[in-house]
Amino acid sequence: MAGLKHIFENTTVTRINPRFRHEMADAEKLLLCFQCGTCTAGCPVSRFSSFYNPRKIARMVQLGLKDRLLSDAALWLCTTCYTCIDNCPQGVEVANIVRSLRNLSVKERRVMPLISKKLALNILKSGYAYIIPESRIRRRITQGLPHLPRSNLKQIAKLFEVTDFLDTIENAETFEKVEVKE
Amino acid sequence: MKNSNPEYLIFLGCTIPYRLPSYEISARKILKALGVKLVEMPDFNCCGFPIDPVNHELASALATRNLCLAEEKEMNILTLCNGCFGFLNKVNKMLKEDEGFRKKINEDLNEIGMEYKGKVEVKHLIHVLAEDVGFEKIRQNVKKSLSMIRVAQHTGCHLLRPSKYTLRDGLDGHTLLKELIELTGAECLDYVDEGECCGNPIIGVNEDIPFQMAREKLEHVKRVNAQALITVCPFCHIMYDLNQPLIERRFKESFRIPVLHYPQLLGLAMGFTPEELAINDLRVKPIELLNSIYNAE
Repeated sequence: MAGLKHIFENTTVTRINPRFRHEMADAEKLLLCFQCGTCTAGCPVSRFSSFYNPRKIARMVQLGLKDRLLSDAALWLCTTCYTCIDNCPQGVEVANIVRSLRNLSVKERRVMPLISKKLALNILKSGYAYIIPESRIRRRITQGLPHLPRSNLKQIAKLFEVTDFLDTIENAETFEKVEVKE
Repeated sequence: MKNSNPEYLIFLGCTIPYRLPSYEISARKILKALGVKLVEMPDFNCCGFPIDPVNHELASALATRNLCLAEEKEMNILTLCNGCFGFLNKVNKMLKEDEGFRKKINEDLNEIGMEYKGKVEVKHLIHVLAEDVGFEKIRQNVKKSLSMIRVAQHTGCHLLRPSKYTLRDGLDGHTLLKELIELTGAECLDYVDEGECCGNPIIGVNEDIPFQMAREKLEHVKRVNAQALITVCPFCHIMYDLNQPLIERRFKESFRIPVLHYPQLLGLAMGFTPEELAINDLRVKPIELLNSIYNAE
């Protein structure tokens, strides 16, 4: 009975939100998921770490365990190889659901991986995902490569602004690593 | 019918100019020799893929800005990077198919005076080689058959999946790079789990898993005695070439498998020198491979 007591004490019924999947893009087909586990069986990340389990993520979205999902660091371990999408017998786009969860987590919790913040700030500052050093740009001439164009930074900043990302990127907290817990 | 005067806007993306000029140098060499005219993409920006995990709408808007630039030039896009191809191609197809999505993204683009119309196509280097240049012309341009070497290939995820966006009429993505390799005369060996991911996209948050994935791939490639691994994506290339010494140290294993960009392999067969193809830029030096090629009777 200790087990049951434990379950009751750690389950907050109000946190279950069956309508959660309607808040997300790409999750319409999730009702068709019957938990066969093909996504996890073919997932290269799951093969090396049971900490990332797409089948479990799909089930949690069905149940509407929003808080637990959005604070789950395992979300950030999907490599976007899209094997799960091509293998799903029900046409559920699992990797896209993971992407939607990441997006929602950033939007609502204002936390993202440090690398994502760095890449986004680089794009805002230079148009490129990296700040390409001047020496590298000059070396292109000796390598016989054409000049690398400068991006239109005004337009890029505007796209950040109209998609509500300027404020997020400036104020979001970051985490450096995802520690894998088996 | 092959396109006799193919002309493309080259979309370099960020990783190639930042870390892998050898891929760009070798690709430009072979494309020029094969009669593909490249026009430089004006004031482009990151394809958007690195932003997708944190903001899908912004990522899609960044991709669409690039597509609009191509529309202004009235030219199709050629990418060298799987990430750029995968994302630009997917967003392009989503915009064409999904009216709601197109309306939303166009509202963002209108703020910078642009409008997506759906007039261009996005191709990866290997599509242009197969569809525009054609196998026959490539074969005619092979001056030095590489029949003395055995290699393996890694096509990379974003050329293969989701198949909903990557399938192309008349091409099998899983064997295309193999066929292109065999045009050089080299043997392309099969190995276990060829279509498996390199792991690179998550290396910024976790090194353990991608390094284990890359180690396994290198083990599979070594087991069939391939003399080199051939890639067509900067991210996969970084995992297997630049990171190979790190993986060797971490797992106390020795691989010493040279990883060449496909245009470097084709370039050697077309008679370019290793210097012209920036082969010395590779982290794992293909000394034995070059010896096999140049010292063969």
